[in-house]
Order: sequence, then C-alpha cells, then structure tokens
Amino acid sequence: MKNQLLLKSAGTMLVRILFAVVAAFPIVFMLVSSLKPDQQIFGDMSSLAAFLPVGNISFDNYAAVFDRVPAARFLLNSVGVSAVTVILGIFVNSLCAFALSRMQVRGKKIVFTAILATLIVPFQTLALPLVWWVNQLPYFELNGFSLEFSKGWLDTYQVQIIPFIANAFSIYLFHQYFESIPKELDEAARIDGAGWFKIYRQVVMPLSGPATATVAILTFLPAWNSYLWPLMVVQSEELRPVMIGIQYFFQLNVSWGEVMAYASVITVPVVVLFIAFQRSFVNSIASSGVKG
Amino acid sequence: MATVPLPTRPRPAAPEPALPPSDAKSKARRAHRRPGFRREQLSGWGMIAPAALLLLAFIFIPAILGFGLAFTNARLISPRPVEFVGVENFARLFSDPTFYRALLNVAYFTVIVVPVQSGLALVMALLINKKFRGVNFFRTVYFLPVVTSMVVVSLLWLFMYRKDGLINEILSAVSFGLIDGPDWLGDPNTAMPAIIILSIWQAAGFHMIIWLAGLQGISGELYEASQLDGTSRWQQFRYVTWPGLFHTRSLVLVTITIQALGLFDQISVMTQGGPMDSTTTIIYEAVQSGYRQQETSYASAISLVFFVLVLIVSAVQRYLTREKD
Repeated sequence: MKNQLLLKSAGTMLVRILFAVVAAFPIVFMLVSSLKPDQQIFGDMSSLAAFLPVGNISFDNYAAVFDRVPAARFLLNSVGVSAVTVILGIFVNSLCAFALSRMQVRGKKIVFTAILATLIVPFQTLALPLVWWVNQLPYFELNGFSLEFSKGWLDTYQVQIIPFIANAFSIYLFHQYFESIPKELDEAARIDGAGWFKIYRQVVMPLSGPATATVAILTFLPAWNSYLWPLMVVQSEELRPVMIGIQYFFQLNVSWGEVMAYASVITVPVVVLFIAFQRSFVNSIASSGVKG
Repeated sequence: MATVPLPTRPRPAAPEPALPPSDAKSKARRAHRRPGFRREQLSGWGMIAPAALLLLAFIFIPAILGFGLAFTNARLISPRPVEFVGVENFARLFSDPTFYRALLNVAYFTVIVVPVQSGLALVMALLINKKFRGVNFFRTVYFLPVVTSMVVVSLLWLFMYRKDGLINEILSAVSFGLIDGPDWLGDPNTAMPAIIILSIWQAAGFHMIIWLAGLQGISGELYEASQLDGTSRWQQFRYVTWPGLFHTRSLVLVTITIQALGLFDQISVMTQGGPMDSTTTIIYEAVQSGYRQQETSYASAISLVFFVLVLIVSAVQRYLTREKD
C-alpha cells in the first residue's frame, strides 16, 4: 500500500518534470545560443550541447546587438512607457473600482455593467479605427513658453500610453478584491473624519497589495510585449519600443546568435520581474475569485 | 415556523440612522437627505470619471467609429473628404477568395487549439495544485512561456522549425534517424500545425493560472469527504473537481476562443500568411489592408465581420455551457 502510494507520487513528479522540460526547453535554447557563435549553434543542434553553455562561449553577440541596433534607446522607451502605463493604470482603475465597490454612488450599477461590456471587444477589432481616431485627436506641445497646438497623436509617447491606462479587467480585479475588505473600516475612518480619498489612500489601498501586484503584472506584460500597436502608430526610431527592434533582424544573412541575444535582452527583465512578484500574483488571482 | 421578514439592504437614498449628537458637522448637513450624500455623489463620480472617460474615448468611440467607417471610403491619410459608400466594402470582402481562406484557417486553428490547450492547461493546474516541495519552481517554469512575448516566441520557433532546425534534430534523435522532419513553415500542409503547436506552448500557462484559481475555490472538505468514501482519483476528479470548475470552465473556454479567433502576431512574424495563403487569418488581412494599404474603411469592415463572429461564437458557447438546472 505504502509502496504503491510512493510509486504514484513518483509518477506524478515525473509528469511534472516532463511538462517543465517542454515549457522550458525553447527558452533555455535561446539563452544558451545567445552565448555561442553561429557555427557552434548549428554544430551543437544534434546533441544535448544545444541546451548547455559549452564550447566557444562569449558575450560577443550582446555587444554586437547594442552596436547594430539602438537597443539601449528601445529599452529605455519600453521601460518608460510600461512604467507610466502601470502606475497610471493602477491609480485610475483602483480609484474607479473603489467608488464602484465601496461608495453609494447613484447609477454605479449601469456604469459597472458598461465597463464590463468592454471586455467583449477584442483589441484587434478596435486597432484600426483607433489609429484613425488618435490621428484626429488634438496634440499640445510646450515650446519654450508658448503652447503649440497641432492635430494627430501618431508618432508620440502618449499614443503608446494613454489608450491603455483604463482597463476593464483591472477594474474588475480591484473591485473583487475591495469587496473582500470589511466595510466597517470605512465607517470607522469616516467617524474619525476621513474623506473618501483619504480612506482610499490610507485604508483600502495599503490592504490591497496582492491585487495591485496582479494588476501591475497584467498591465506590464502587454505594455512591454506590444507589437501590433507601435508598429502601426510609431514611425520614428527614437520613440520605438523593444519589440519593434526585432524587425532589424528580419533581413537576410541574419546572425542567429545575435537574434537570440536580442531576444534574451528583451525577455530576461520580464522573467526577473515575474519571479519577484510571482507569489502575490498567483495568490491574488486565486483569492480574487476569477469565477466568471 | 413563523415567517420573519428577510432583512433587506437599505436603498442608497434612504436616510440612515442618526449619528451621535456630538457630530455637529454632519448634523448641519443632514437637512439634505443624508449626511454626506451630496459629497459622496460628487467624490464618487470624481473617482469614476477618469477611468470612465478613458474607456469612452478609447473603446466606445473607436468601436462606434469602426462600425461607421466600415460603410465609408475613409483612408488613414487622405485629402479627400470621407464619403458614405454603403455596403461596398462588404461586397468586396465577400467576393474575395483570400477572405474565405482566412476564415477556414482561423476555424482550423480554433477547433484544434481550444480543446487541446484548455485540456493541457487543466492537467498542468492539477499537477501543481497541491502543496509539495518545489511547487513554486514548477508554477514559475510553467508560466515562463506566457511572460515571453509572442514576437520573441515566434522568432525563436522560426529558427527551431527550420529544415535543419532544433525540432527536426530532436525528432530525428528520438526516432533514431527514422523521422526526417519537413520544412515546417515552408510546406502548406505543415505550416498551420506548426503555428498551432507554438501557440499552445506559449499560452497554456496563462489558462493554467485561471484553472488554478478555480481549483483553489473548491472546498477542501469535499475532498476529505470523498476520501472517506474511498473514491479513486478518477472518481474524485469526475464527481468533485469537474463540477466544482463549472464557472472557471466557461471563462477559460471563452477567453481561449476569443484569443484563437484573433490569431495575428505569430502569422505576422513567421509566415506573413503564406505559403500559398495556408496561414492567413482574418486579423492579418485586416491589418494588411488597414495598415499597409492604408484602407481604414475596408479594414474596419473586416474588423466588424470579425466582431460579429466573436459575438456569435461566444453566444453559442454561453448557450452550450449554461447551467442546466
């Protein structure tokens, strides 16, 4: 009986490891290949050496990437755009969810339903009318001391940020989480003379770490990974994000070692960030009840 | 038993019980309905407004615009004024053989990806649901492909799918040289299966997290009770886990399906719809005409058809997975 149980759990562990190998092997292959010259990548392909940093190992590919592509600039753009989107997104969406879940605002049910309805519209169907629409929007630029006015948001930073701040799924996640925090806290704070914004800032938000982490990851991932949108709306090189940099490697006679190095450069920061937030991310999705 | 009236939630506008008389400030305001009522409305709307206005500006307005533009001749940058052209765009679309090919490809992709990916994601969630040594390691590894961008994934697999690439080398090694793999992306017969494999690999981890959330919502007492009854693992899954995942199931199905129908990034990086239109999709066609050829109106028409398709499919799914009692 005991042996049988042991055998069963060993079998389960084997399956777990098998899935882990399948999930990880392309990424390991990418990281390892980024350290090898092309000749060695192809030479190692038929053996386990493809997944091991052996042979002619160096960071030459990384140096070449920063030489060939304005990678540093792309990285800076992506960090900036994603950071601003995440910070504003957390603020705007949690504020809205706070009012919807903890205050008695007239008509909030209709507003909440309308917000959730936006979840049905896939971004791909909006993308093209949205390009046309942002091109009609006004644009203000401070030039010295005079405010200059022009039309069209194409080729700017704000076109990469502002349309993605408000997000129905983030509002939903915050809303679910806020519902689980006792309302008595608000009343106690109100008796102490706190205003609603103070309750939001000093009572509810400090208790919502896991929800904030989840929204941060779920906002950061698409912001960092976005490809279709910047491809359509950003032309100038100095405004482009990292994913577009990949296009520089589409030409013929590409060095695969360099491609793998660039791919690693734009992947590793996300992986590190994810591992850092991993625990509260999984916990909060589990506890906020994504139950449809 | 005497019937006791159920306590009902007070209506929002109903007056609340009086506050302690020491609170002089609110006493003065009580004359207007309820203490703080007006202020609560104002600050409430002030807090809702930023998100609501942004959603209005960047989802509702473009959605309505897209609907309208589909019936015009709008181009992204054009000196001509926008004119109403009726169903001209749709007539052109429905007489285009590439469009039907795209529909067929997307159907093929969706029919395979939805069951296989959701099934694998559920198996993964079951494997890491219980606490054991190294559970966090496995959760992280299973989620790794999700944090890797689809563009990077596509580029990586583009390399692995070559005739002399990693996939064929692995196939040859495990079959002791018997299998001589195809040129995956260059052959119209294998291009879509190749795209399907990498798509499942990349996204299964995301749906695993949703399944995991559902699994953790099932009460542990149910498992204890079933263990006392001496059920097998399969019976436990069949009678406790599966019914307990009811709501999660429909959520996973709807999200996978919508994502599958919107297939784009992989195609754009790896095949550009080829070879011989074997991997072209609806969104790929829309972006091609809307972005590369700047025909906003035609692209809007394709998007509108796509949106209707998504609505129909999710309505059918909702119907099929409805609660039957």
